[in-house]
Amino acid sequence: MASEVKDKVVAIIAEQAVLDVADVKPEATLESLGIDSLGLVESIFAIEEAFDITVPFNANEPDQNAEFDISTVGSIVAAVESLVAEQKG
Amino acid sequence: MRRVVITGAGTVNALAQDVAGTFEAFREGRCGIGELDIRDVDRLAIKIGGQVRDWDPEAHFNRQQIVLYDRFTQFTLIAAKQALAQSGLNFDGHLGYESGVVLGTAGGGVNTWDDNYRAVYEEGKNRVHPFVVPKLMNNAAASHLSMEFNLRGPSFTVATACASSNHAMGLAFQMIRSGGAKAMVTGGSESMLCFGGIKAWEGLRVMSKDACRPFSANRNGMVQGEGAAVFVFEDYDHARARGAEILAEVAGFAMTSDAADIVMPSKQGAARAIAGALRDAGLNGDQVGYINAHGTGTAANDKTECAAVSDVFGHHADRLMISSTKSMHGHLIGGTGAVELLACIMALKDGIIAPTIGYEEPDPECSLDVVPNEAREAEVSAVLSNAFAFGGLNAVLALKRA
Repeated sequence: MASEVKDKVVAIIAEQAVLDVADVKPEATLESLGIDSLGLVESIFAIEEAFDITVPFNANEPDQNAEFDISTVGSIVAAVESLVAEQKG
Repeated sequence: MRRVVITGAGTVNALAQDVAGTFEAFREGRCGIGELDIRDVDRLAIKIGGQVRDWDPEAHFNRQQIVLYDRFTQFTLIAAKQALAQSGLNFDGHLGYESGVVLGTAGGGVNTWDDNYRAVYEEGKNRVHPFVVPKLMNNAAASHLSMEFNLRGPSFTVATACASSNHAMGLAFQMIRSGGAKAMVTGGSESMLCFGGIKAWEGLRVMSKDACRPFSANRNGMVQGEGAAVFVFEDYDHARARGAEILAEVAGFAMTSDAADIVMPSKQGAARAIAGALRDAGLNGDQVGYINAHGTGTAANDKTECAAVSDVFGHHADRLMISSTKSMHGHLIGGTGAVELLACIMALKDGIIAPTIGYEEPDPECSLDVVPNEAREAEVSAVLSNAFAFGGLNAVLALKRA
């Protein structure tokens, strides 16, 4: 289950960044992948649709979304995993 | 070039359904934002807005009118009635041919779209009311206004998202100044507080779930409002000759385009519009005592706007007052500049500066005098009203005391 979430999230981010999945490393930041604020909002929408979950994210306070840490690809994967467990469990 | 003055004002918004009540709410720093009372609100993540309460169309219009008037048209017509009554102008004679209507709206009849999409998609109906198109079109309010008051000159509607009203009023001003019209009825209206209208905004993730706190460090987004404000702009000599009461002079206007990003604001684009309005009005920066800010309460707008004001005004930026009344009436999108012009008129005419309410924590990136939480008495002789739209379209008006 966990790796399935990771694969889907990485695929969504890779598509947004127009990169190969292999080039999206867990330690990468969205900024380093060239994803801007609109790209971020679009990625979150894609994640919500893919997992049928609600992601608590407000673009006005990107650093304060304690429930949804967007600092790296890895942190996003972890956040989605816990949301999926919470909302679909 | 002709001078242009304002001789009438009217409004319907979340704070009050007239100008006097709106001024009183501004003075008291009252908040008109609250729980939304709309269909399917439980399916929305954002459940607050600056909604016009206790709106009763039957109290103002007959059945034949109501089937043609979307809520944004209803607000416009009532606001216009107040403005025309105050101005004392009658357009039945020759003046009607020399006068027109320019209004701003971003969405037009959004409630009509929403209701009828529901009918055909959700309820599976195969038939809609015959007047859906004339009811929802963006120019419906301008056209009904022209019919109601016999305004037969230049009339149209401007849609530039959150700058629509400022663009509309700026164009009305230019038309009179250039001699193309004697009087113009102008302003704007919006009524987007329905399920689809809010759901669309939710998607962008820039909305606050609890309050609009412009310039405050803990601000977390915008809150939508609804309503209208309508003004009578008139040739100064014409107004003077008939002894009309002059509320304020419209002295300058400038518009710029960022040509940069579809949602992110630009300091340079905003600063060029502000500086352009000053130049157009023949004002020095240090003559401006108050700015009605665009001040949406988003992270991006407020810091960009403060930086633009600092760039244009230099040291004087620390001496002028700048407030966002969106904290009280919400963001009326295409109608917002019109309602906000009321705060400019109040500043010039009554010497009272409307506050930015909900202000809780200073933000070093917004370190101007934002008139936090309480209205202030101050003599000002010139003011600006900022509007910076999605799509990078900026429109700034300059007003002077009559």
